[in-house]
Amino acid sequence: MPGITREEVAHLGRLARLELSAEVLDHFAGQLDDIIGAVARVSEVAGEDVPPTSHPLPLTNVMRPDTVRPSLTAEQALSGAPAQEQQRFKVPQILGEES
Amino acid sequence: MTDIIRLTAAETAAKVAAGELTAVEVAEAHLARIDAVDEKVNAYLHVDREGALAKAREVDAKRAAGERLGPLAGVPLALKDIFTTEGVPTTVGSKILEGWLPPYDATVTRKLKEADVVILGKTNMDEFAMGSSTENSAFGPTGNPWDLTRIPGGSGGGSAAALASYQAPLAIGTDTGGSIRQPAAVTGTVGVKPTYGGVSRYGMVAFSSSLDQGGPCARTVLDAALLHEAIAGHDPMDSTSVDVPVPPVVEAARNGNVKGLRIGVIREFGGEGYQAGVVQRFQESVELLRELGAEIVELSCPSFTYALAAYYLIAPSECSSNLARFDAMRYGLRVGDDGTRSAEEVTALTREAGFGDEVKRRIILGTYALSSGYYDAYYGSAQKVRTLITRDFERAFAQVDVIVSPTTPTTAFPIGERADDPLAMYLADLCTIPVNLAGNAAMSLPCGLAPEDGLPVGLQIIAPALQDDRLYRVGAAVEAAFVTKWGHPLLEEAPQL
Repeated sequence: MPGITREEVAHLGRLARLELSAEVLDHFAGQLDDIIGAVARVSEVAGEDVPPTSHPLPLTNVMRPDTVRPSLTAEQALSGAPAQEQQRFKVPQILGEES
Repeated sequence: MTDIIRLTAAETAAKVAAGELTAVEVAEAHLARIDAVDEKVNAYLHVDREGALAKAREVDAKRAAGERLGPLAGVPLALKDIFTTEGVPTTVGSKILEGWLPPYDATVTRKLKEADVVILGKTNMDEFAMGSSTENSAFGPTGNPWDLTRIPGGSGGGSAAALASYQAPLAIGTDTGGSIRQPAAVTGTVGVKPTYGGVSRYGMVAFSSSLDQGGPCARTVLDAALLHEAIAGHDPMDSTSVDVPVPPVVEAARNGNVKGLRIGVIREFGGEGYQAGVVQRFQESVELLRELGAEIVELSCPSFTYALAAYYLIAPSECSSNLARFDAMRYGLRVGDDGTRSAEEVTALTREAGFGDEVKRRIILGTYALSSGYYDAYYGSAQKVRTLITRDFERAFAQVDVIVSPTTPTTAFPIGERADDPLAMYLADLCTIPVNLAGNAAMSLPCGLAPEDGLPVGLQIIAPALQDDRLYRVGAAVEAAFVTKWGHPLLEEAPQL
């Protein structure tokens, strides 16, 4: 399988909403290439007849009764907010000028 | 005079219940110990002096009022800083949550409070539990009480170091790939990863949700069992919590016995990369089990050689998804919000400033493994390996009651030695990772000091899912035999701080 380039790491950073400085990119590219080279061996034994396991417990759709119960107050929910206004989370602009 | 800080949790609780000690005296003795040694060890990120003393006073008042006290009432505990604590800082070892005061308690925190356990504070850890040395903490490394220039293991190095330096008789850890067991092994303490789903994950900051499991840390097998029983059980707040009775762990710990048990030794847990002294102490432990009446069965689990590779695809994949919640909008750090930048830019700048290198590496790795075109080859194949590992365990447990192995391939390495060599760091969890992938239960307990460096070696015991009591039955027998052989618990050989 192919390795990973510095440009790909930069692209992945954008996908993950993670700013990476030029210095970090230089540092990471080689390390990630080594790690990916080491973990790629999983494909050696992953035959088509082997079903995947995503979770140790065979659970689907765990339900509970739909009853009203106490939850955080607005004040509690906002207690850690970096910025708030009118009992709401205040966030930077979410629509760019170009759109 | 009794040296309060050296008592076990069971002894402490008995003395508090009998009125020989007050919970306040016990808490004060531990707070004084923290004041005296933690500047050197750095086990705690936050000490909740007032909260601890208030709880201790409450326990003493309950006793004075003639109320019946629980089995751990008045016993101090060090809580890994990954569990939310209402109104008490919870950082997960990360700058991104520095200063955050959670508005609610994790289920584990709530259960500890209900059991009248005295929470002394929050312990240091690798950022978001990603690491095997506690060097990835944003707040500086923790020293191993056996040699402060060496790592205490990770990610729960703070909890293990607190126990080994008598700054608490009990601690809580979380184990995604070995973060309870590996620190226990390298500090000469006891740590248990319960069966996946045995202890609620509600309020436990998520790293890799299909692998993360909270569990007890202590200096003795019985103390670990008492704590296990206090925190385990079904929780409707965690949809992956198993709805079955808690295994009888305390009863098992009080009745250690391996007579007639079939105990497996896995060929793949050995060979290249294993330190000679670790192998020697492990082989002596196997001999001891045989002398105590167990039948030793050699087994092969060929898929285990792929476990590390599968883990370093599955855990980063889940982490890249879980850590998306740190978006700088609702809580935690926000950087670069100067009125000109978009929310997306602020998120990216905040994550750059708030996350450390290992967290960033894993987010990138997980994003890669999950991206279209690579998904089948990486994440998909890793999930298949997970199936093969589970099958290997099933085959093994058809032949044996428990499996034993070294907990770690080496003893504690020097701080800094592997800090910028991720692949070398990952090898520390070679023997612990298969257990998380399959969801089984496992314990690490001390089995001696490696002759070449005088540092603790851990013996790992693995049981099938939901059979956690087997760990304690075997662990208690091994512990009793070793303490008899050594003449004292291993920790008594640790240097004075």
